[in-house]
Amino acid sequence: MIEMRLVSKRCGIINPLSIDDYQKADGYETFRKALARDKIKLIEEIEKSALRGRGGAGFPVHLKIMGLAKETGPVKYVICNADEGEPGNFKDRYLMENDPHAIIEGMLITAYMASATKGFIYIRGEYNHAYNTLEWAIAEARRLKLLGDAILDTEFSFDIELRSGGGSYVCGEEFALIESIEGKPGRTRVKPPFPTQKGLYGLPTLINNVETFATIPLIIKMGGKAYARIGTKSSTGTKLISLSGNVNEKGVFEIPFGVTIRQVIEELGHGVANGRKLKMVQLGGACGPIIPEYMLDMMIDFERFEEFESKTGAGAIIVIDDRFDIFDILMNVVGFFEHESCGKCTPCREGHQQLRIILQKFIDKTAGVKDLVSLESLARVMHQTSLCGLGQTSPTAIISTLRYFRDDYIDRMDSLIL
Amino acid sequence: MVNLRINNRELAVAEGSTILEAARTNNIKIPTLCHYPDLGIQSDCRICVVEIEGQKGLATSCSTIVRDGMVVKTNSPRVLNARKTITELILANHDANCTACPKNLSCELQSLANKLGIDENRFQSVLTLSPLDEGNPALIRNPNRCIKCGRCVDVCKNIQGVGVLELMGRSHHLKIVPAFDHCLSDLFCTYCGQCAAVCPVGAITEKDDTDIVWRALNHHDKHVIVQVAPAIRVSLAEEANMNPGTVCTGKIVTALKLLGFDQVFDTDFTADLTIIEEGNELIHRLTSGGVLPMMTSCCPGWINFAEQHYPEILPHISSCKSPQQMFGALAKTYYAEKMGLEPANVFVVSIMPCTAKKYEAGRKEMRANEDLPDVDVVLTTRELGKMLRQMGIDFANLAETPFDDPFGITTGAAAIFGASGGVMEAALRTVYEVVNGEPLTNLDFTDVRGLDGVKETVVKLAEKPYRFAVANNLKNARLMAEAVKAGTSPYAFIEVMCCPGGCIGGGGQPYGTITKTRLDRIKATYQVDAAMPIRKSHENPAIAKLYQEYLDRPLGEQSHNLLHTHYHARRGKPNN
Ligand SMILES: Cc1cc2nc3c(=O)[nH]c(=O)nc-3n(C[C@H](O)[C@H](O)[C@H](O)COP(=O)(O)O)c2cc1C
Ligand code: SF4
Ligand code: SF4
Ligand code: SF4
Repeated sequence: MIEMRLVSKRCGIINPLSIDDYQKADGYETFRKALARDKIKLIEEIEKSALRGRGGAGFPVHLKIMGLAKETGPVKYVICNADEGEPGNFKDRYLMENDPHAIIEGMLITAYMASATKGFIYIRGEYNHAYNTLEWAIAEARRLKLLGDAILDTEFSFDIELRSGGGSYVCGEEFALIESIEGKPGRTRVKPPFPTQKGLYGLPTLINNVETFATIPLIIKMGGKAYARIGTKSSTGTKLISLSGNVNEKGVFEIPFGVTIRQVIEELGHGVANGRKLKMVQLGGACGPIIPEYMLDMMIDFERFEEFESKTGAGAIIVIDDRFDIFDILMNVVGFFEHESCGKCTPCREGHQQLRIILQKFIDKTAGVKDLVSLESLARVMHQTSLCGLGQTSPTAIISTLRYFRDDYIDRMDSLIL
Repeated sequence: MVNLRINNRELAVAEGSTILEAARTNNIKIPTLCHYPDLGIQSDCRICVVEIEGQKGLATSCSTIVRDGMVVKTNSPRVLNARKTITELILANHDANCTACPKNLSCELQSLANKLGIDENRFQSVLTLSPLDEGNPALIRNPNRCIKCGRCVDVCKNIQGVGVLELMGRSHHLKIVPAFDHCLSDLFCTYCGQCAAVCPVGAITEKDDTDIVWRALNHHDKHVIVQVAPAIRVSLAEEANMNPGTVCTGKIVTALKLLGFDQVFDTDFTADLTIIEEGNELIHRLTSGGVLPMMTSCCPGWINFAEQHYPEILPHISSCKSPQQMFGALAKTYYAEKMGLEPANVFVVSIMPCTAKKYEAGRKEMRANEDLPDVDVVLTTRELGKMLRQMGIDFANLAETPFDDPFGITTGAAAIFGASGGVMEAALRTVYEVVNGEPLTNLDFTDVRGLDGVKETVVKLAEKPYRFAVANNLKNARLMAEAVKAGTSPYAFIEVMCCPGGCIGGGGQPYGTITKTRLDRIKATYQVDAAMPIRKSHENPAIAKLYQEYLDRPLGEQSHNLLHTHYHARRGKPNN
């Protein structure tokens, strides 16, 4: 069995609405112990674990916590990014609905390490059940003095507020999320300054993904070194995978890094549904690369994924069978991002509609060589010059299909058109 | 210092500089579009991208801070291709009918496309035409030309503190609009024109009234006269590609005569008149327990702002009309009578650094004769520049001509009206001498000069010290207004100018006005003052003559009828 349930070990086992259940399963024990430990030592455990962010970009987590810890000033924020707006991703929802206290505990430990005072969980607008679950969990934690002033009668105070998302995908981008909490339209800001320097309301702010926070108690409990022994060299620990598309068994699975995509699809997903043939797999979500069958033996690992210059790290695997054509998928992807672009920067604002126009020519079989060249050049320019991750990664599907499915493009060209 | 390499040149630049600053100080050119020197960094257009060794994507040079050992390429094939592609994307959603655009040849997008060598666009046009916002007398917004650079939003919100413009919608539906997609005239727009001054393209421009002026000039029954505001003499030269701060008073008169104006007058004359009326009003308020602090009234952008946002403080604002409107009122009464002309046949044109003046001239209060505006048309400095070019006038080489009488004699006090602090300084020169009955030893009130946001000075009047303040731009005007409203303002008299630096930085001034340009124009302004034989308004013999012949006395009945006005709250609709 390739599954390794560490972060998700309580999911489906305990009653998520019962803080007692959580505590009986060792919940909040790590936090209680951490309160007596040196903050820097705790951050060093995270450093030893080599934990990288689980929201997609894979940024080393200890660097951000250290960054926040170094900021002085009476108010510092910790934000849990639970916007999960990208098609094909649903693992954060799974965690929130099944083990809300693990997220709260992770935020508590992080806040303690970095001396933060206030937390927010920014939840995707459509996630009503997750919202209600967390709302209840927060109330329970407050009741037991695990949140609020003078937590467990120590000098540490921290509370968490829930925010329901503004409904657009880009609000998951850290600065757009901050703007949204501030009540403004979700548009990113120029960096620097980074959120840890000047974030929410201009104050130091740490933003991490749901899964990242849920992993922190585990690391503190088992020790950074032990955690780092799981997975691969460049990607330690386990990862939640959202498996969807034309597979027999869809769902959220936890695997150690290093497992191959084929293993996930075949062993956990029980293969392509209805005995059909696999045509392609999109990794990470709508913003990830599309790869052909012959690449499925690729390991799930940040370093491998980085070759696609995309944030594939959120852990979605979307299986697409041979009933589909790459252009069906690409039009969907481009349409999604064209709708979701915040419009702030030129390449993303203007680029998507042009990508769509050129793709349509392939669909209509009226594309010429020039269109192929323009498509490739535009996709690359958008990737290289967009202001935020949305525009930087939205062309990945096109860039990767131009590499791995070039024949599909050539087949759709009109040989008489230049 | 930070050491880095740009295009194989080793450079040492100040710590904290951006790559763009580092490049520009070393004469390495990186094109930009959304960037504007005095504004915040938007980093939206992505034109200024460069390649940094070891970094996968391209970085915007306007927002990337230099690091030791950085290796930067500003013109690699990858960079050039990206810039070209982005520019093509912009052009594919832009109404690029250049010859029909007021910004033709001064448009930053046009010049960028030209520099990048864009001849054909690989992308299909996706422009869908939207209606223009032209329901006001001052400005036209043409959304079909907007490239969403955000400069206007920034200037309106962060420099002026008004916040009329905002970004609405997302993706390619993003628009820059007066809040909630209204028209400018529906909202609290002051018509200051600072947005038009910074727009890189022709998406916000002043309403072009040059045609009306040409028609009047060619109309035989019309006696067409023109007044020239103080700030024009230090800026118009730029329209003829001369250096900012070139004083060109005499050439302006010659040029206007060449265009066919019957008489060319100086608004400085009515600036002196303003000082006499406003100075007396201040003395009257100080001695008779009037409403204090008094605030100036010559800036129409400020008046709009006060009427819209601070109706409570209107009694604090001097009842004096602005110099432009005092001139207009005299032109259609005193001057018409003197010349034996029908007021309806006297056509008054103003050359102003300002777009709000276009609105002011249309106000119903500004009519000495019913149904007849005192000032018929207001042209900005830029519009006059356009007329000069249309006539092929070689401005730089014109001879100098003095202004015409009876408004020909002016003073240094009037000349400095164009710079922030100038009205205050001019008023103090007069009020001090009138109240204290002794000559000033030093005429230069340097405390109130310059580009600081709020400037202050203390002057003793009849042995008692009073505090005087100057607010430079609307953001600082708001600070003053808040204190006045709260009753905590410690001042006797406050000057407010809406545009940064005063009228020399007005919304109608030549394009490309940045801090350096403002400083050059200010310097020239004080040079004009220093060179004047008379530097105090109350010593202007022509003003004394005007009172003798026509007005009788300051604040008298005739003055009240012609030179003073009143204001009203305009919650919501500034256009009523
Ligand atoms: C367009 C866009 C959408 C994003 N959406 C999410 C999201 O829904 N959830 C998330 O955790 N991170 C999202 N991110 C990544 C965040 O910006 C940020 O990197 C992340 O929250 C950091 O947490 P981590 O280091 O724990 O991964 C998004 C990024 C972009 C550019
Ligand atoms: S890349 Fe797209 S979503 Fe991100 S700032 Fe630019 S326009 Fe907005
Ligand atoms: S004219 Fe002035 S107040 Fe009106 S939108 Fe432009 S900058 Fe803002
Ligand atoms: S109107 Fe002009 S200044 Fe404003 S965003 Fe558009 S192009 Fe930029």
